[in-house]
Amino acid sequence: MTPFKTLTSRTVVLPAANIDTDQIIPARFLTTTTKQGLGREAFHDWRYDKDGAAKPDCILNQIDPAEHRVLVAGRNFGCGSSREHAPWALTDYGFRAVVSTEIADIFTSNALKNGLLPVVVDEETHARLVEHAGEPVTIDLQASELRMGNHVVRFTVEPFSRECLLDGVDALGWLAGRIPAIEAYEREHAA
Amino acid sequence: MTPRSLYEKVFDAHVVEAETPERPAVLYIDLHLIHEVTSPQAFTELEARGLKVRRPDRTVATMDHSTPTLPPDAEGVRPYATIQARRQVDQLERNCSAHGITLHDWESPHRGVVHVIGPELGLTQPGMTVVCGDSHTATHGAFGALAFGIGTSEVGHVLATQTLLQRRARPMRVTVDGRLSRGVSGKDLALAIIAELGFGGGTGGVLEYAGDAVRGLGMEGRMTVCNMSIEAGARAGLIAPDATTLAWLYGREAAPDGEAFDRAAKRWLSLASDDDAVFDREMQLNAFTLRPMATWGTTPDAAVAIEDAVPQPATTAARKSLDYMRIEAGKPLAGQAVDVVFVGSCTNGRLADLRAAAEVLRGRHVAQGVRMLVAPGSDAVRREAEAEGLDRVFLAAGAEWRLAGCSMCIAMNGDQVAPGQLAVSTSNRNFEGRQGPGARTILASPASAAASAVAGCVADPRPYLDSAA
Repeated sequence: MTPFKTLTSRTVVLPAANIDTDQIIPARFLTTTTKQGLGREAFHDWRYDKDGAAKPDCILNQIDPAEHRVLVAGRNFGCGSSREHAPWALTDYGFRAVVSTEIADIFTSNALKNGLLPVVVDEETHARLVEHAGEPVTIDLQASELRMGNHVVRFTVEPFSRECLLDGVDALGWLAGRIPAIEAYEREHAA
Repeated sequence: MTPRSLYEKVFDAHVVEAETPERPAVLYIDLHLIHEVTSPQAFTELEARGLKVRRPDRTVATMDHSTPTLPPDAEGVRPYATIQARRQVDQLERNCSAHGITLHDWESPHRGVVHVIGPELGLTQPGMTVVCGDSHTATHGAFGALAFGIGTSEVGHVLATQTLLQRRARPMRVTVDGRLSRGVSGKDLALAIIAELGFGGGTGGVLEYAGDAVRGLGMEGRMTVCNMSIEAGARAGLIAPDATTLAWLYGREAAPDGEAFDRAAKRWLSLASDDDAVFDREMQLNAFTLRPMATWGTTPDAAVAIEDAVPQPATTAARKSLDYMRIEAGKPLAGQAVDVVFVGSCTNGRLADLRAAAEVLRGRHVAQGVRMLVAPGSDAVRREAEAEGLDRVFLAAGAEWRLAGCSMCIAMNGDQVAPGQLAVSTSNRNFEGRQGPGARTILASPASAAASAVAGCVADPRPYLDSAA
């Protein structure tokens, strides 16, 4: 996993509330057996018409993803399914952070495991980000701060996931190291 | 001792290492269900790290999401929608075979939608922790199990260690008093609960469903209610076990039998929230006033009684929803012309659901121009339905009778609603394009779906139940 320490990048704003995982990556693209290459299909039905041509009015077709790594979205972002294809598609497109006033539970868990930082902010900060769409922001995970000009807000990330992100390691290695405790639990609970 | 909710009791009983401020608890998983869509990358990760599946005996696989629901051709070739879909299923077969995991494949009489077969086989039992790479895993909570959906990375964690890192969620309780009227089902109750809680109203929480109306539901209705917990944002939903739960489990293949069943039953019946357990949020609902419900928008909480007027949009999101759905506020959903009707899915693909749809369809015909598709939740449900003659009721009414699978609920196997078409569906999500690009979805109960198929427009099923055609 790519470590996440500090990111300074421009935002893209998708103001709609309840952007569900079927919008982020439609189910018909879930037949893949790898994690790679899903960026092309991220927000597929928003970006392409029924003949597969890019819609020029879709903001995601207008920007250079390398310059806009922060997605600002309406409340309850990532609701719906547990598909990890959603953060895979977003990171493959180029995003490193998602900022909203509310982010769905399973999406949050999946994002954290893929170097995509979910940042929950208050309404006022969100409104400011929407108003200044496309401007650069700095997201500093070490300080747990989001900075835009003089506006600074703190955000929280589950501490263990935060350490994993800062170090660029995932939890599987750590869990695999708990086998003796797991074996003890199994012995104790054997029927 | 501090009073605890049912959720907290099940959680605590599975703690391998306790939660600290720095680190979530290490939670033991009793049952891991896997399917073709969310598991391949997890196996790849395990192999890359030289890890084995730690407990293949606690892992059960099925193929359901990308599998065709039409039978094989004369040469025995199954009509997969794409080569990719076929390859995904092949990969599941290879992974299960390499790691010694039981797979309910095409040859198994138990193949079916993952959340239908777990309870059907008696694999899902009270007090267990059950996970699956699928957000509708909460279905199993109907048995008083703590069941929730996980992502593919976590599928890898469970395959390798049989544990997950989890923090305790906030317990919430929905109490439904009274009794559901005839023609009003678990699905209508689920839609009413979600409408009340709001889409995202359960985020960070685990829902417990209680009260006489919940007790009065059969296991299938309870599964429907728990299934849709995620549509309110809650990762899990659960119901305390009772005599109904025991009756379902008794005699099931994987359930204990003889004296072992009696011992287990005693333990299972003791699983309940303490009287003075504290819930983060409590909600009360009365079942007597509930009527058949349907959704008008593109989030599952946008539900209203079929005969009532669709509310005026209060937000930009609601207005956008109505525009997409091409539904007018101020008018009831009843009478809205329908193109497609789907009965099936992990929400409503069980025998009781098919019976409810067949009761409406018996002696009647699907309206001209309406396509109705019925996909049983499992091969066992298909066999039982056929033994009762339900397949003949569907076929005589002009509906398509398919093989078991997720089918048109997630529309990744080729069973799709065409762009712009309006579907009444017994599934769980009405998101834009969920049932195919540009598809418009109204969620409703099996009886309402069948009534809508007959009427050719969204219809309240109750008039169809009181008099035979």
